[in-house]
Amino acid sequence: MKGLPVLSLLLWMCAVYFVGIYLFVGGFLLVRLEVNRTSTCGDVLQPGEEPVDFCRVQPRFRRAVLLIIDALKIDFAWFDPNNTAPRPYENKLPVLEETVSSRPSHSRLYPFRADPPTTTMQRIKGFTTGSLPTFVDVGNNFASSAILEDNLIHQFGQVGKRVVFMGDDTWENLFPKKFHRSLPFPSFNVKDLHTVDNGILQHLYTTMVGDDWDVLVAHFLGVDHCGHRFGPDHPAMADKLTQMDGVIRSVIDRLQNDTLLVVMGDHGMTDTGDHGGESQKETDAAIFLYSPSPLFPGPPSQSEPDVVPQTDLVPTLALLLGVPIPYSSVGQVLLPLFPPHGQTEGAVGRLSQLEALWINAKQVNRFLETYSGMAKDIPPESLSQLKRQFSRLSSEYLSSVREGRSPSPQLAASLQAYLTSVRDTCRATWARFNPLKMAVGLAILAFACLTCFILSELSLVLIRENAPGPKAPVVAALAAGACAAACQLLAQGYVEAAWCLAAAALSSELLFLWRAHRRGTAPADKNGAKAPKCTTWLSPCRLLIPPLLVPLLRCASLLSDSYVIAEGRAVTFLVFSLALYIPIHLNWDGLLLPPSHDPLKAAGFLPPPASSPSTVRKESSILLACLALLVGSLYLSLSFHACREEQGSCQPSPFLSPLSRLQDSQLKNLHYVLSVFSLGSWTYLLRRCLRHYGNLNSSGGTAFTAHWILPLLSVCLALHWAVSATPEDSFRNLAELISLAQLALPRAAFCLLGLGLFLIWLDPLTVFVKTRGAASARASSLPPPSYRASTGISPQAELHHLIPQIYQRMRRSMDDGELSGGGEVDSSPAVKAYGLGTIYSAPLLLFCGLLGIGLLLLHPEGMALSFLLLLLEMGALLHIHASSTNLSSLHGTYSGGFNVPWTPVVLWSLAATQFFHATGHLPTFPSIQWGAAFVGFPDGHTGTLLPASLVTLNTFASHILFAVGCPLLLFWPLVCEVRGSRGARACGEEGEDAVMEMRLRENPQQFSSALLQLSTRYLFILGAQVFASVCAAAILRRHLMVWKVFAPKLMFEASGFLVSSVSLLIGVTLVLRVDVAVGRWFKRLVPDASR
Amino acid sequence: MWDHEIRAMASTHAIIAASVFMATVIPAALVPGFSVYGTHLLWLYSVSGAVTAVSVAVFWLLGITPPTKKHTVGFKLSRLFRSCLYFFLSCLFFHTVVVLYGAPLIESALETFSLAVLLTSLTTLRCLCVLGPNVQAWIRVFSRHGAMSVWDTCLQITVACTVVGAWVGAFPIPLDWDRPWQVWPVSCSLGAMIGFLTGLVAAPAWIHYHRKHLTYKCK
Ligand SMILES: [Zn+2]
Ligand SMILES: [Zn+2]
Repeated sequence: MKGLPVLSLLLWMCAVYFVGIYLFVGGFLLVRLEVNRTSTCGDVLQPGEEPVDFCRVQPRFRRAVLLIIDALKIDFAWFDPNNTAPRPYENKLPVLEETVSSRPSHSRLYPFRADPPTTTMQRIKGFTTGSLPTFVDVGNNFASSAILEDNLIHQFGQVGKRVVFMGDDTWENLFPKKFHRSLPFPSFNVKDLHTVDNGILQHLYTTMVGDDWDVLVAHFLGVDHCGHRFGPDHPAMADKLTQMDGVIRSVIDRLQNDTLLVVMGDHGMTDTGDHGGESQKETDAAIFLYSPSPLFPGPPSQSEPDVVPQTDLVPTLALLLGVPIPYSSVGQVLLPLFPPHGQTEGAVGRLSQLEALWINAKQVNRFLETYSGMAKDIPPESLSQLKRQFSRLSSEYLSSVREGRSPSPQLAASLQAYLTSVRDTCRATWARFNPLKMAVGLAILAFACLTCFILSELSLVLIRENAPGPKAPVVAALAAGACAAACQLLAQGYVEAAWCLAAAALSSELLFLWRAHRRGTAPADKNGAKAPKCTTWLSPCRLLIPPLLVPLLRCASLLSDSYVIAEGRAVTFLVFSLALYIPIHLNWDGLLLPPSHDPLKAAGFLPPPASSPSTVRKESSILLACLALLVGSLYLSLSFHACREEQGSCQPSPFLSPLSRLQDSQLKNLHYVLSVFSLGSWTYLLRRCLRHYGNLNSSGGTAFTAHWILPLLSVCLALHWAVSATPEDSFRNLAELISLAQLALPRAAFCLLGLGLFLIWLDPLTVFVKTRGAASARASSLPPPSYRASTGISPQAELHHLIPQIYQRMRRSMDDGELSGGGEVDSSPAVKAYGLGTIYSAPLLLFCGLLGIGLLLLHPEGMALSFLLLLLEMGALLHIHASSTNLSSLHGTYSGGFNVPWTPVVLWSLAATQFFHATGHLPTFPSIQWGAAFVGFPDGHTGTLLPASLVTLNTFASHILFAVGCPLLLFWPLVCEVRGSRGARACGEEGEDAVMEMRLRENPQQFSSALLQLSTRYLFILGAQVFASVCAAAILRRHLMVWKVFAPKLMFEASGFLVSSVSLLIGVTLVLRVDVAVGRWFKRLVPDASR
Repeated sequence: MWDHEIRAMASTHAIIAASVFMATVIPAALVPGFSVYGTHLLWLYSVSGAVTAVSVAVFWLLGITPPTKKHTVGFKLSRLFRSCLYFFLSCLFFHTVVVLYGAPLIESALETFSLAVLLTSLTTLRCLCVLGPNVQAWIRVFSRHGAMSVWDTCLQITVACTVVGAWVGAFPIPLDWDRPWQVWPVSCSLGAMIGFLTGLVAAPAWIHYHRKHLTYKCK
């Protein structure tokens, strides 16, 4: 068979998918590193003879009230007295305008521009840390949402200010245990406009009047929820804004002289009431500053900013309240709030504009230095320019302070310019979607799916035609990539790898599609048989068959947050539906039952039955039994699901918690026994299957693995579970031993696993050959099927499956190959070979089984049951596929070739997703099972590669197992073939033999094309799911749930695809490896036999 | 060719559809507080009862049911008993399938069983009426060459429509719209009912338009 074209086509396909995902994710998910340092009150010093720091200075305001009105758009805050017919959201907050005009030195109203992503959580992070939070802030708190970066709340706590919080409970998750007092209210239900607001109003005024607070944060959600529910242009919005107007009025009435009031929105909203994106309607919120004591030097002047960036709030509030600016803030102080230089006399703790700017610039520069030491995502040239700018300004300022002269007026402006350019640099790096990259990524993925589909339909042609394979597309890709690089070099001076990759992927795809199109439309004169094959692959009625409708539904479900939340059950539903479709469809085609001899039925309508009714009945009952098994394991697998926080009344599976956490010892024992039982069954079933087909008789590495390594591995695992489940305090004298075992057992298991996999790879053949004396072979008849049952199974099974007559096959294979003369063959001795019929599937099966136990090691003990269900479901699927193939071939409707139809492939890929959920995983970051990283490494790691790969293996265990086992779908119908069904058609008089997988060797071309088709079909379904979740993320950028549901789903889907495709490649490569080994074996056998 | 039969079928279907309509309207007039969502189970029972009664009556009057070989009272009684048994078994079967599809096992068992009763009265009952209590004939009918009369084809279409309707009816359940018809099993039974009504309309129409291509082996 031609391994190379298959493998290279698959590699090319995977690479194209990867490039598409890489581009989209690069444009969509912005990543930033978190700096885990905090400012302290001692480290921000004012220059001068006697350094002044924050610890001693008297702040300008003792207290502050932060009223956050979620989604308070700037349009809501303006007041236009000339507007006689205001819309529901206009002119509803007159208090702001009234205050600004009546007390101009006490108050200001500015537009307040947020940075995307304009979602509430990111915004709260933004205006407390002063940074530009992206979707993925890579820090060491990946598992929880608490903010570990330096922030205002932390700084308030450091200097002993009591922060009282009430409102949106997101704050409570972001700042756990940081508040002096906190009254969180549930924010999840968007339809509920009043719970949060009324909850705040119950406590707000009483708290304000009291004296046990210094900073009061109240986060109202009603306006935002009203926007999501009704949109801004709705009477409900008018009511809500009027209520807020009243709230602001009452708060202003209760303010004292030493208190600062900040009323602000965290983001705006679109005309439909959504937010999350970067349009100006979403980013422009309002900020209103007020204090009963004069806050501004004078009425609004020309130099005031038109728009206040959201990052500027943090340094301003910090300096006004006398706390250090948080370490990673990149904002600049709001200058109008500080008096110009030289007017600060008398006021205690009042910083002048220049002083404030200097402190600010110093802090920003320090952050920039730290960050650039950690990450390389800020362009180095702009970084060095910023550094130069700062050192120049700093020396100028310091010298002027030292000499006591007043600094030049330009200094303030240059400091401001410096701060602005820092913020712009950071924003360009962190806070901007790249729509072009997203669009190109989408296009590449869409074309990749199309290419994959066409590849699967044309696989036979591609293999048969001696086509150059992916050579031309690869050449085109290289050329286009080089071109793109050259163009970039000429135009920009540097090369961005993403665009070269994009050009390469797109051009190779388009070239392939164009060639496929030309081949499809080419006149049939070249090869008549080819033309109809190519013209039919895209007709709509062929695409709307149920096996393709189900993946379509699955992809459509990824576009709805409800279905993503309920994904586990939805996928189970789809798998169940498609599984039920199989017998119904078979029955519809009249294949399920033996052709009846009902007198009512006309005898002449069907072709004469190709097989006995009893065989058909047996196959049907196998099919139905396996269906029952499948349905049973599907149903049971539902009880291993974990719960998302969005699912209200959901109880996570009790099997998910590790045994050591169980208190009840009886329950613990029960769980342990169940897990060990499942593990034992897993091992037993695998060995049983291999033995049944005679693969255990051989003496190679694979058989050794099955004989020794597999049981040893399970024993290791069971012991490990026992050790890790022992309570810490019992067996005190054995503590050392236990800790040693905790270290050694998993590591031993890892080693055994590695050894086993390596042995399988090294020597994948599981054939046991007996060469007979020449004398008996000279007898004209075939050697009688007589051999010893070495493993104690029923002789009948042996008769079925050990293949004595395989000699004939081998002879034929040799005839096709190098041997020429027939006489020589006749004189060769008879050879008996055990396990030749499952020569391809046995190593693959064992590989999967070992891998499964290895992956189980990384899971909680209770998941053993789920893994057993996975194995059973795999087996049931394989048998269902095999018996439906058998049934159709028994009825003579078999189409030839080894092609795997869509239904089993779809089921296989959906089962991977289903067991992703049934092994306790969820597509959310908090649900990642971090414990996997510590299996065998209880003391933690030094690097990050090993724990990351362990966690990846744990998370995508089912994806890996199903992808590696995918080629089994091709082999199983051959393994389970019924004697005389396919054989009768394919090989004439020799049809009585059960030839099983040797058939693949006889038709290497069909074998490779079927393997290619199977893998591309699997890749297509996986790729379509990735494409759907990419579409969901791109289309629903503004959706309320984008950062909570869709973006994590995209990440999981993309990584799942990555892992699956790599595993699929491993599986296919293993098959090719076996094929090479079989070829060698045959070659070796020939001289042996003829000697 | 089968104009007469198609007309008979259309009028039968009209009667059944009317019975569904009446079963919805009459309780609304008689029972205070009756609504399809609010007192869903009541609606369900009234509709299933009406469809059962009307189908049995109409099919018996039309004489579609296959003729029995024996005419003894005992045989007829045993046939009736077998029919009832099959009806009940089919309810259990549908209940099991619906539970396997993901319906709650214990909490709303009554609702699930009611849905099973509805599905049975829409599908199995028709099989009973047309084919008699003969499971093998049922299985035979649902194959490509299995239909042996216009009524068999009609049975295929209505049953498929009902089952697909119930299946599609499960789709809106996970959505977070908080509508009254998303409550289990309202959407499924509504879907089944809509599918059934569609089938009632579609079957005569389809047969009418395909009458040239329809060939039956017997009859
Ligand atoms: Zn918000
Ligand atoms: Zn919102």
